[in-house]
Amino acid sequence: MEYLVSTGIGALTASGVYLLLRRQMFPVIIGLALLSYAVNVFIFSMGRLAINQAPIFEKGVSAYADPLPQALVLTAIVISFGMTALIVVLALRSFLETGSDAVEEAVQDPQATIKDDKESVVR
Amino acid sequence: MSIALVCLIPFLAALVAPLAARGGRTACALATAGASAAALAVLLTQAPAVWAGDVLRSAIPWVPQVGLSFSFFLDGLGLFFAGLILTIGVLIIVYARFYLSPDDSMGRFFAYLLLFQGAMLGVALSDNVLLLAIFWELTSLSSFLLIGFWRQSEEGRRGARMALAITGGGGLALIAGLLLLGQAAGTYEISEIIKRGEAIRASSLYMPALLLILVGAFAKSAQFPFHFWLPHAMAAPTPVSAYLHSATMVKAGVFLLARLWPALAGTEAWFLIVSGVGLVTMLVGAWIALFKDDLKAILAYSTVSHLGLMTMLLGFGTTAAATVAIFHIFNHAAFKAALFMSVGIVDHETGTRDIRRLGGLRALMPISGALALIASAAMAGVPLLNGFLSKEMMLEAAFTANYAGLPWLMPGLAGLAALLSVAYSARLGVSAYLGPERHDYPHHPHEPPAGMWGPVAVLVAPVILVGLAPMTFAAPLVSRTAAAVVGGPIDAFKPALWHGLTPALIVSVIAFVGGYFVWRFHARIDAARRSAPRPDGRRLFERGLANVVGASRSLNARLHSESLPSYLAAMLSAVVVVGAAGFFTATHAAGARETLPINAPAAVMWAFLVASCVALVMRHGDRLLALIVTSVIGVVVCVAFIQFSAPDLALTQISVEVVTTILLLLALNLLPRETPRETSVPRNVRDGALALACGAGVAFLSFAAMTRDVASIADYHIAESKPQGGGTNVVNVILVDIRGFDTFGEIIVLCIAALAIYALLDSALRGEAARRLAAMRQGVESADAHPLLLVVATRVLLPLALVVGVYIFLRGHNQPGGGFIAGLVVAIALLMQALASGYGWAARRSRINAHTLLGAGVLIAGATGAAAFVFGRPFLTSTFGYFHIPLVGQIELASAMAFDLGVFLTVVGTVIVALAQIARVEARAERAATPEGPLGRGYGERATGAGREG
Repeated sequence: MEYLVSTGIGALTASGVYLLLRRQMFPVIIGLALLSYAVNVFIFSMGRLAINQAPIFEKGVSAYADPLPQALVLTAIVISFGMTALIVVLALRSFLETGSDAVEEAVQDPQATIKDDKESVVR
Repeated sequence: MSIALVCLIPFLAALVAPLAARGGRTACALATAGASAAALAVLLTQAPAVWAGDVLRSAIPWVPQVGLSFSFFLDGLGLFFAGLILTIGVLIIVYARFYLSPDDSMGRFFAYLLLFQGAMLGVALSDNVLLLAIFWELTSLSSFLLIGFWRQSEEGRRGARMALAITGGGGLALIAGLLLLGQAAGTYEISEIIKRGEAIRASSLYMPALLLILVGAFAKSAQFPFHFWLPHAMAAPTPVSAYLHSATMVKAGVFLLARLWPALAGTEAWFLIVSGVGLVTMLVGAWIALFKDDLKAILAYSTVSHLGLMTMLLGFGTTAAATVAIFHIFNHAAFKAALFMSVGIVDHETGTRDIRRLGGLRALMPISGALALIASAAMAGVPLLNGFLSKEMMLEAAFTANYAGLPWLMPGLAGLAALLSVAYSARLGVSAYLGPERHDYPHHPHEPPAGMWGPVAVLVAPVILVGLAPMTFAAPLVSRTAAAVVGGPIDAFKPALWHGLTPALIVSVIAFVGGYFVWRFHARIDAARRSAPRPDGRRLFERGLANVVGASRSLNARLHSESLPSYLAAMLSAVVVVGAAGFFTATHAAGARETLPINAPAAVMWAFLVASCVALVMRHGDRLLALIVTSVIGVVVCVAFIQFSAPDLALTQISVEVVTTILLLLALNLLPRETPRETSVPRNVRDGALALACGAGVAFLSFAAMTRDVASIADYHIAESKPQGGGTNVVNVILVDIRGFDTFGEIIVLCIAALAIYALLDSALRGEAARRLAAMRQGVESADAHPLLLVVATRVLLPLALVVGVYIFLRGHNQPGGGFIAGLVVAIALLMQALASGYGWAARRSRINAHTLLGAGVLIAGATGAAAFVFGRPFLTSTFGYFHIPLVGQIELASAMAFDLGVFLTVVGTVIVALAQIARVEARAERAATPEGPLGRGYGERATGAGREG
């Protein structure tokens, strides 16, 4: 199982990093989400893997999964939601403000710019 | 403590001055002068003890680990210098009250002046060299503010910048030098350092320390080749010039040389460098002063020249010369401050400072004219005035110095400087004040108010008194100060008007005669000078500065590419390099811990995951597809959590997944649907290589960690969960109890994120963004925006979902669940209403404001934590008990549950705010096409008028 989990984390990281390096906002957001998964699972796996040992205390049971990484990851998941939401909104606002979805100043991709000059409605 | 008080009073008063300015200009000046006078009074109460030979100290440790302490000491030199700073300070403040125009902000001016005064006092009184360095830099900073006080003037800003660059830069060298000095002496207290001169001069650190300290002192005191900043600092208001360049700022360097004289002086290097630089400065300053037409520029270069004189005297390394240096500091402060103020009066009254346009002012303003003439005579060294005495004694000291084996060099060149000084003084005094009366001034000059010439008179008084009776008015002060400088007894200090026909007197006479001729033939000499090339310090400085700025701009342009991918690539490459270094220098083989066997469902899930990752990389251009694949990955992660005994995580992950997907879908609706392909192959290869390196590194790292055993602190948490936290779900107990403070911080972060989202999108409904939204409205809308089935299903499900949420919340302490998960479930249930029936429909029916939820959540969690204070326990201490409720039975209630309620409310609030804001922007874009919810029409509709905003 450790093979699967570690290679899984590796796959998530690699694809996350690749998307993070794209020039458009949306792939960057997706890349960040993938990296969040990878980091969460990584932290979780630092408590080592355990099957059928949920950290719910019961009399007579002695083996439990490590609850501490779980607690840390639980809040990390919720915080990463907050972060994703903020970044999405930032991306949205900057797109609405500039008409461009690019995260790189130098490259002005004409396709990313919505053609609103002709249709512009003056309020 | 009262020594520290002397230095603190101006700093405190700097805060008061702007407030006092509300009471008018006079009130502001009174408060400022009062503060300086109070500091002077405190200082003078200490004077008797100091003059009796005591050295007063007061110290508070600051950072004792690095030898930094807040320590002050007061000896003869400190008393002399602090007294000079404060006395002239009071006079300057009075003068400035009348000099500044009503348009100038007097509160700001006096606040800067007091800051500067406090910093100067700190320099004069610091015992600790590091503290001295701090005050030293403070004088550079505050003088920057003063010199650039007239911000609207380009010249003022340039002058201020140059002064800061030179003196502040010199200050950096000084810090290094003082640190070395402290190392060499074995102490950072000046009162100790000056007793250890022998050891310091024998140390191998002496030479570097000396050179660095001299750079700092020379830069501050405008010694050659740093002399060019001082004249440009004359762009400051005249009271500032008078203060900075007579008694304070530029004297700081000379003061430092005097302060450290017992520690550093007496070596060959000291003599050659310090007296040599001083001599050159004296000559260069006097020479340039001779050819300036601006009165203030003449004074500026004359100041440079006189500072050179003092430096040269200190450089001789003899006690007699050091005594003369102190005498001249005193004399120069008096006549130079008086002259600066007089020039300010001329400028103020006539509107010009150009010597070619001035003349005959003595008749137009008799009092200030007479005062200015006396002061310029003192500057020239005319007998019966104080300048004569110190000049004579300077020449005498020069005759004792044998520089580079040439005994005539020092007296000869010093005499030449004296000659030039006679010439420029004559030019200043005679051309401006004597001669025929003129009537072509920009303003017709009058005698200024007494507030302006009064301070000049106060300064001219000692010029005359010391000149007539030096033994009475100067000797006691100078000899006590000089004794403090050299750190021991001095040769008898006997200034007298007549010493007999000494070589010094002969040189003096030659200087007067020569000076007269130079003045007479000034025009011809000037013409000859103009035909010769000469270096311009300011232009060199400006060019050097422009080169440095250009270099940093081009470096910046290359590094700061404004491209997120480049920055990230750089950071990730650094991470890979650090990781690789660790990988190749340490063991990285798999550990010995037994691995779990792979089962078939897990393998299938893994295949799903890898396939999804590959698909994302290949097909991320189709954004909707990318979003769907991402949520598939989220589900796989969730299943992994179930598999590996983390039910809480699985619940959280699945609900966050739902919320995130809705959020991204809403956002995608407004963003372009496609990502354009990136065609740059080298770049894709670079990114791919970087991504693979990162992925492989993380995979190896996690595998190496997971296959090793670990000593965890988990056992403590599991054992104490029930007895102390009152719950069996250890994860939840950790969240709301054991590590409750972390959770409290986290919900505050969520709250901030929600508010930031609100702020970002709330203003998007105006301006450019709003126009763009309006332009998008023409997009194709689904004919059935609110499918009936979805609407009915969500409304039926709402109460059920809410009940599930409450259930998950309540059981959270003992079974998987809790505030985070319950909050997400309830938020989803509420969101479904908005999605199915329209944002406007849902907004009109929601009774609770999402912002209220956010605030209430954080407040409840905080109040629960703070409640522990009532019982005398630390923040967030929890308690629990068992209660019997009829019908329900025995239940357990923990205070942590109230905390969890806070978490719950914050999560609900955050999600609702985020999604509702996006939905609102969306509603704006599609307001025409969206029909009302099908069941909303006809019943349950409150009268809300226009409905959607627009």
